[in-house]
Amino acid sequence: MSGPDFSYLEKRLGVSRRTFLKFCTGVAATMGLPTSAAYAMAEAVATKRKKPVVIWLHGQECTGPSESLLRSEHPTLDRLILEMISLEYHQTLDAGAGHDVEHHKDVMIEQNKGEYLLVVEGSVPVAQDGIFCKIGNKTMLEHTTAAAEHAAAIIAFGSCASWGGVQSAAPNPTQAVGAQAVLPGKTVVNIPGCPPNPYNFLATVMHFLTFGSLPALDTQNRPKFAYGRLIHENCERRPHFDAGRFAETFGDEGHRLGWCLYKLGCKGPETYANCPAVEFNDIGGGTWPIGVGHPCFGCVEQGVGFTKPLFSLAEVKTHTPPNAFPTIDQREESPTATAATAGVIGAAVGAAVGATAMAARKVHENDNASGSNQ
Amino acid sequence: MSHYQPVERKVVTVPFMVLGLIAMVGLYFLVQRFILGMGPVTNLNGGYAWGIWVVYDIVVGTALACGGYALAITVYVLNKGKYHPLIRAAVTASLLGYALGGVGAFIDMGRWFQFYNILLPWNMNFNSVMLEVGLCVMTYILVLFIEFMPTVFERFGMKDWAQRLNKVLFLFIALGILLPTMHQSSLGSMLIAMGYKVHPLWQSLHLQPLLALLTALTMGFAIVIFEASFSTVGFGRNSETKLLSGLGKGIIGLVSAYLIFRFGEILLRGKFGLIFAGDLGSLMFIIETAMFIFPLAVLLSPKMREDGRMLLYAGVSLLFAGALYRFNAYLITMDPGPGYSYFPSFPELMVTVGLVAIEIMAYLVIVKKFPVLPKHAHA
Repeated sequence: MSGPDFSYLEKRLGVSRRTFLKFCTGVAATMGLPTSAAYAMAEAVATKRKKPVVIWLHGQECTGPSESLLRSEHPTLDRLILEMISLEYHQTLDAGAGHDVEHHKDVMIEQNKGEYLLVVEGSVPVAQDGIFCKIGNKTMLEHTTAAAEHAAAIIAFGSCASWGGVQSAAPNPTQAVGAQAVLPGKTVVNIPGCPPNPYNFLATVMHFLTFGSLPALDTQNRPKFAYGRLIHENCERRPHFDAGRFAETFGDEGHRLGWCLYKLGCKGPETYANCPAVEFNDIGGGTWPIGVGHPCFGCVEQGVGFTKPLFSLAEVKTHTPPNAFPTIDQREESPTATAATAGVIGAAVGAAVGATAMAARKVHENDNASGSNQ
Repeated sequence: MSHYQPVERKVVTVPFMVLGLIAMVGLYFLVQRFILGMGPVTNLNGGYAWGIWVVYDIVVGTALACGGYALAITVYVLNKGKYHPLIRAAVTASLLGYALGGVGAFIDMGRWFQFYNILLPWNMNFNSVMLEVGLCVMTYILVLFIEFMPTVFERFGMKDWAQRLNKVLFLFIALGILLPTMHQSSLGSMLIAMGYKVHPLWQSLHLQPLLALLTALTMGFAIVIFEASFSTVGFGRNSETKLLSGLGKGIIGLVSAYLIFRFGEILLRGKFGLIFAGDLGSLMFIIETAMFIFPLAVLLSPKMREDGRMLLYAGVSLLFAGALYRFNAYLITMDPGPGYSYFPSFPELMVTVGLVAIEIMAYLVIVKKFPVLPKHAHA
């Protein structure tokens, strides 16, 4: 066999083989995987087989993650993602409604026990047995526990599903928590962000489809390829931080010159995410919060986003800037020539010149003497 | 039968003791540098990270030590065997000059105890000009030491060793020509890295390595003339003017090439007006250029070229010209930013003067104890 048959794929998805491979390469690059992995992904999608069933739950949230996923891709991506997987249940995308779709969900879970992928979007309220969020007369808590029971893998997409998000901010009347908190003993891959970057989600799903396993996770179950480094570490404004050039207020000279936003409360120094590398909306050119001049507010980081005041200083995880930076205009007093130093140089040059003159005279005498001898 | 012999003279003389006194003063401040650090001893600052220790001891010092390099090219590449009698003296001076450069680099290092890191491959930055200079100079000091060994073997009558070394010496001679070509041109490349800090009249960008190499060679030939003339006078030896005037012809070509490239670059890049700007840069450029043109005028005239006195004047002028070219580019006209200025402190100067005194003392001891200078028939 010389590889997967892409002609079927071309018909099925309505995209050229080239476009499809480009997409897979892009996804692989997002995860820092080699080109061979991109080909494996293409193969996994192109090979004709039963598409993995996906059940997508919505809890307390604004549908930001779904919006971000649908909107920010290349034109053909929404079709691709919907064809690649078999999205059986998604409250905002389903054509059907009401008890029909709820019934369909139950049937699908029953038919695909242990094989389907569960995506949770939004937080789960647990106060008063979770009555603050109900779908089809069942609480989100019940929906989540039931769907998670037989799922092959569970992905919490967005900050709400990961750790509670904005709903979990004090005083948190509904006691909103993330999916992991109500699913003890289960591994939930968290892809936080408000909204989360769709590529981090896609890359995780593709990894699962291709290798049958989840990518490496950190202690908070976030994929390391996306949440392994501080925003601060890869920030394009980092040199300004190191040089002590800070915007002090919005619209001041430093802000207009693109200086570091640390003093405006930027949480980049304590937030782990790949935003500076991947950016948003596929248009490049620094299109991400800090890139367009807004301090990072730490949306992915539990205990930072929606918790710390917007303009309070971040706790710098790497190292804090010094109180005083090397001066730029005011130089230290540079001593100039003194009588002694000028004297030493004069004496050295004088000695060399004097010795040369004397030696030259003697050489001349020598030459004359040897000349007359001959 | 050797063609070289030690100079039969007393080692401890009045000039030798004066040099010793200067060396003591230098060493006193050198000890201070290692106890108190760079700050209290030198006038180095944030703008001028390189002072006289780097610019004289390394940049100028190694160029002054190019006698061995220049003569090795003449004797072994151009196959002009008649200059062979001069080579041991030149190699000795080169060894001492490069050792001074190595010591200069070491004492100028703020954290000198980290020095060994340059030798660890996993710590190397292969895009660094400094790494090239550092490793290359270190290797060359070693090569010069090996090139000097035949003199030592001869002194102690170790004929077996001399024969063994003789079989592989050609390799070291080849390295002794390759290595200076590399690092002397890199000393020019360092100025490229300094960009706009270097005055436009000295910032020739891609020509920097070539100009550095050409001037290093002129200084190498000039120092051979200088040493030979002073040996003649100081030790009352036969004149070597005839031999030296031959080297003068080589210098003509080198200085002419240097002036053509130097002025060509200035004209093509439209910097000619800066020569007449009337500021420090233009003054230093005119002095420097005059010192290059004077020896050219002397050497172009066959009559003056045969005159040992004029030949020495030309050589010394060339030494000053090459040194000034380096001083101008690295220190005098360099502008690291508004507000910075630098002039070496007294201790800083004395360390350099003291090290040079030690170098001269070592040279005097070596030529008096080892067969370095050519044997001459007693007049």
